[in-house]
Amino acid sequence: MTTVEDVSTTREATAARTTRRRGRRLAGYAFLSPWFVGFAALTVGPMLASLYLSFTEYPILSPPKWVGLANYQRLLTDDPRFLSSLQVTFTYVVVSVPLSVAVALLVAVLLNRRVRGAGAYRSAFYLPSLLGGSVAVAILWRQVFGRTGLVNWLLGLFGLHGPDWVSDPRTALGTLILLHVWQFGAPMVIFLAALRQQPRELYEQAAIDGAGPLRRFAHLTLPLLSPVILFNLLLSMINGFQAFTPAYVVSGGTGGVSDSSLFYTLYLYQQGFTNFRMGYASAMAWVLFVIIAAFAALTFGTSRFWVHYGDER
Amino acid sequence: MSVMGQGVRRPRRLVLHVVLVALAVAMLYPLVWMVASSVKPENEIFTSHSLLPTRAEFANYAHGWSGLGTSFGVFLGNSALIAALSIVGNLVSCSLVAYAIARLEFRGRRLIFAIMMGTVMLPQHVVLVPQYILFVKLGLTDTMLPMVLPKFLAVDAFFVFLMVQFLRGIPREMDEAAMVDGAGPWRIYRSVVLPQMRPALVTAAIFTFIWTWNDFFTQLLYLSSPAKLTVPLGLQMFLADTGQSSWGAMFAMTTLSLLPVVLVFVCFQKLIVEGASTSGLK
Repeated sequence: MTTVEDVSTTREATAARTTRRRGRRLAGYAFLSPWFVGFAALTVGPMLASLYLSFTEYPILSPPKWVGLANYQRLLTDDPRFLSSLQVTFTYVVVSVPLSVAVALLVAVLLNRRVRGAGAYRSAFYLPSLLGGSVAVAILWRQVFGRTGLVNWLLGLFGLHGPDWVSDPRTALGTLILLHVWQFGAPMVIFLAALRQQPRELYEQAAIDGAGPLRRFAHLTLPLLSPVILFNLLLSMINGFQAFTPAYVVSGGTGGVSDSSLFYTLYLYQQGFTNFRMGYASAMAWVLFVIIAAFAALTFGTSRFWVHYGDER
Repeated sequence: MSVMGQGVRRPRRLVLHVVLVALAVAMLYPLVWMVASSVKPENEIFTSHSLLPTRAEFANYAHGWSGLGTSFGVFLGNSALIAALSIVGNLVSCSLVAYAIARLEFRGRRLIFAIMMGTVMLPQHVVLVPQYILFVKLGLTDTMLPMVLPKFLAVDAFFVFLMVQFLRGIPREMDEAAMVDGAGPWRIYRSVVLPQMRPALVTAAIFTFIWTWNDFFTQLLYLSSPAKLTVPLGLQMFLADTGQSSWGAMFAMTTLSLLPVVLVFVCFQKLIVEGASTSGLK
């Protein structure tokens, strides 16, 4: 029946189809319109603006004044707090990122060994990563590692007297690194999902060939997981450079005694939104962007030496 | 029984459980301690570290709830409203965009999608200052619009990615059938694609909730008057104002503020873990 109709109205149908197709093409842009607006007004526009502002002095109440490279020059040669914020942030990222990914990998491998209650363990380990970014947990951390907090009470049981971990400049950053590692559940579930997809036969063959668990881990699990390790490292690194809340809350917004927990983003916030030096803050933002891009590129660059993509396909 | 199963013999399995339980206890202990402290009389929190208080009391909750002049209920309400509007914004805008990318034909589609994915990686700081100035000029500071408005403009491109992936995984037969019946893109989106996308929408809603509920930085930038503050800002103010003096009330309010996220986790565990493990959501 439909064929008869089709034949009798071929021309009209074709015409209708063409307009409909054009309509559909326009519809594509119509559906995208929220994104176009957002992209122009909240991404590209502001990016160009902040690049421009980074070459100006802009105390928000008076219009921006062009100063050329002065902001960048000051950052790199004449701002000790900037340098300490860099050092704090690098230490934080370089220690906490590999550490949390390593713990995540280890626990994922343990959980993958068909333990009873694996689901319950997984939930227990994952929950902190949903809560860890909050102000509430940062406040809790401040108390757990405070002078009269949980940790020192625990040490007291063994007759030890701990410092005020969160404000002592030697340990302040350590507590924040620990807070990051506490959230290893996020990379862990990614590892678990990847482990489930590993071919079992390979492991069985390796065991028959006499490879012990450690050798199987080193020669099978690690290479097979290496793309996922790379993914987790990159993700965790990008987030790590932008960490703000814990440093702000634990130090009360100051960056701690002798800037021991002055994260990069915290210093940027202070410059931009406490001192209202918008030009300087914009320059800092672009330096951060370059640093993150460089670290990501570096990690990516080394990946061809240690990441194995499945070559059987 | 598999080789891996044989590898884990009885004593070894016991050791494994001991290790895992110890780790779980160590990780969750601070949270349990917080909850326990929230129902203890103030003077017992740091003197007795036993988890059980001599008697449970909720005075801390009453104190924390009204402790700052502004009721904590106001903060909860503001946070909830921001979260609700953000969820609506993300679901509407991201699903529209994802539908266009996954199902409609138009020039530049691939390029646009690639650019979108590029913005996921962009640190928010490079757009921060001009965005702030924009919202100041529009007179929108101290309102929730700087938090909510971007959500209606598909700025969280991550969820677009999530939804596009999902749509690519389901067959097009239904929308092709609807097209033959003469339905236009809008009707197909509304009555065919949107209902099919439900699981992806739920995942996006859950993570939007958790992110906006935990968000501190944007809210710190834009909100200032007490009646407008959200839960994280309220907690921060509480900490700054009362300092070390009322930890009982502090713990009561931090417990209260974490409760919604924990409840969401308990209810949607499977979806959350699935979302987290397939796409790096956190």
